[in-house]
Amino acid sequence: MTIDNIIQWFQSWFPVNVMVLFITSVLIAAVVIFAIMAVNALVAVYAERKISAFMQDRVGPMGQGPGLHAGKWGLLQTIADTIKLILKEDIIPKAADKKLFIIAPFIIFLGAFIALAAMPFGPYLIASDMNIGIFYILAVSSFGVIGIILAAWSSDNKWSLYGGMRSAAQIISYEIPAALSLVSVLLLTSTLSMQGIIQSQAGTVWGFLPNWNIFNNPFSFLAFFIYFIAGVAETNRTPFDIPEAESELVAGFHTEYSGMRWAFFFLSEYGNMLVVCGLTVVAFLGGWQSPIAGVMEGAWWGLFWFLTKLTATIFIMIWFRWTFPRLRVDQLMNVAWKILLPIALFNLFGVAIWTLLVG
Amino acid sequence: MTNIVFWFFVIMTITAALMVVLSKNLIYAAIALLVTFLGVAAMYVFLWADFIAGTQVMIYIGGILILLLFGIMLTHKITSVRISHTNVQRGVGALIVAAIFVGLVWMINFTPWLKVTTQEPLQTVHSIGTLLMTDFLLPFEVASVLLLGALIGAAVLARKET
Repeated sequence: MTIDNIIQWFQSWFPVNVMVLFITSVLIAAVVIFAIMAVNALVAVYAERKISAFMQDRVGPMGQGPGLHAGKWGLLQTIADTIKLILKEDIIPKAADKKLFIIAPFIIFLGAFIALAAMPFGPYLIASDMNIGIFYILAVSSFGVIGIILAAWSSDNKWSLYGGMRSAAQIISYEIPAALSLVSVLLLTSTLSMQGIIQSQAGTVWGFLPNWNIFNNPFSFLAFFIYFIAGVAETNRTPFDIPEAESELVAGFHTEYSGMRWAFFFLSEYGNMLVVCGLTVVAFLGGWQSPIAGVMEGAWWGLFWFLTKLTATIFIMIWFRWTFPRLRVDQLMNVAWKILLPIALFNLFGVAIWTLLVG
Repeated sequence: MTNIVFWFFVIMTITAALMVVLSKNLIYAAIALLVTFLGVAAMYVFLWADFIAGTQVMIYIGGILILLLFGIMLTHKITSVRISHTNVQRGVGALIVAAIFVGLVWMINFTPWLKVTTQEPLQTVHSIGTLLMTDFLLPFEVASVLLLGALIGAAVLARKET
């Protein structure tokens, strides 16, 4: 359902002013996207805590669950956390720049939120299928960096400032290999529209593998790994979490934040995971295409496949976090500029030649 | 409806642009610049230039503005030096601005603009790419050599003294 579809559908039922229709449709889409982000954060935080616990041979949260006393497996842990965060006092430091301190979390949130507007959750489930979809997502992701810088600067705290600077340097650096590996995919699909990219991945390759970009040729196979590594770095997660680095910087750019504002940082971190994993799925893993061509296809199966792939990639990110140690600042920059960037450039040439010769 | 949205963006852009100039605090000016860039991107959307709008957001907000903020962040407050706008030589400035304004208005009114189709194009990226690789290859290459020069220059400046 794109926004245009909703407008047309409404118009066939209620002949009202197109302005009213437009605002209602946009609001409907916005509420849905917000709900997706919130549910994603609820589930992913719980999953993250449980998975980390199992990886470290613990049991994780067990107390809060459905039922009167200690319920099952701490299923309601995140909801309890959310309620706690809402009820907490909202502290603004005296030395902070109040206006910027207040709006910074929302700017970060905005980056993930408006990027999801072009994310296709199924063959018909996309808020806006624009011609430049993937480019749009890459462009609006930069709001996150600005929000982080503002949060860091306005806190007037040296840990925050260090975190913000590290984060800005990191995200800007990793944007380049990420964008280059996405460009090599665009050479194969020859469209920037998210639905177009997915539609071009229909069918099979070599008779049995799905014709996803990751299986298309050796170069795009490599591009998948470059994009995913750079994507993890862009979400500021371990092993690239030096902007937060709790053992060095307290909590990095959100040291001074508490309560609901702090919760917004987490909501947008998990929202960014959603964006990066969604882009990975769309660009490399066939989006809502079924893994076996011609089997279990259709609108609802499409949603099912997309969410399955999304969950799998998010799980891999969580797995990364609890397996790898944190990189040092200089190592981080070396990885981006001296390893990922040359490979990504080589890859781009490789895909271009492959497209020229093989087709 | 398009009119209301258009004027909303026009007013937003101009107000933010005024804030950029008039704000005493540099970092507020930078944030106002963010809104201005967004407004300009919206203008491109109204001109059906979706790719240019995306480029505007990506380069100006994702690149230039972040560098600006970086620069301001490293100077203000942490070293307790207040950095703000100071206006010097207002008379001369006003004169130059007025001259530019008159020049622009004259240019806009007297240029024989090429007025073509009012049909919304189905896609823009494909034709931009084709034109860049055929008719405008030389300007494109010159621009890339310029950017390469800037990159090498930055690397040389940032290099450790040995």
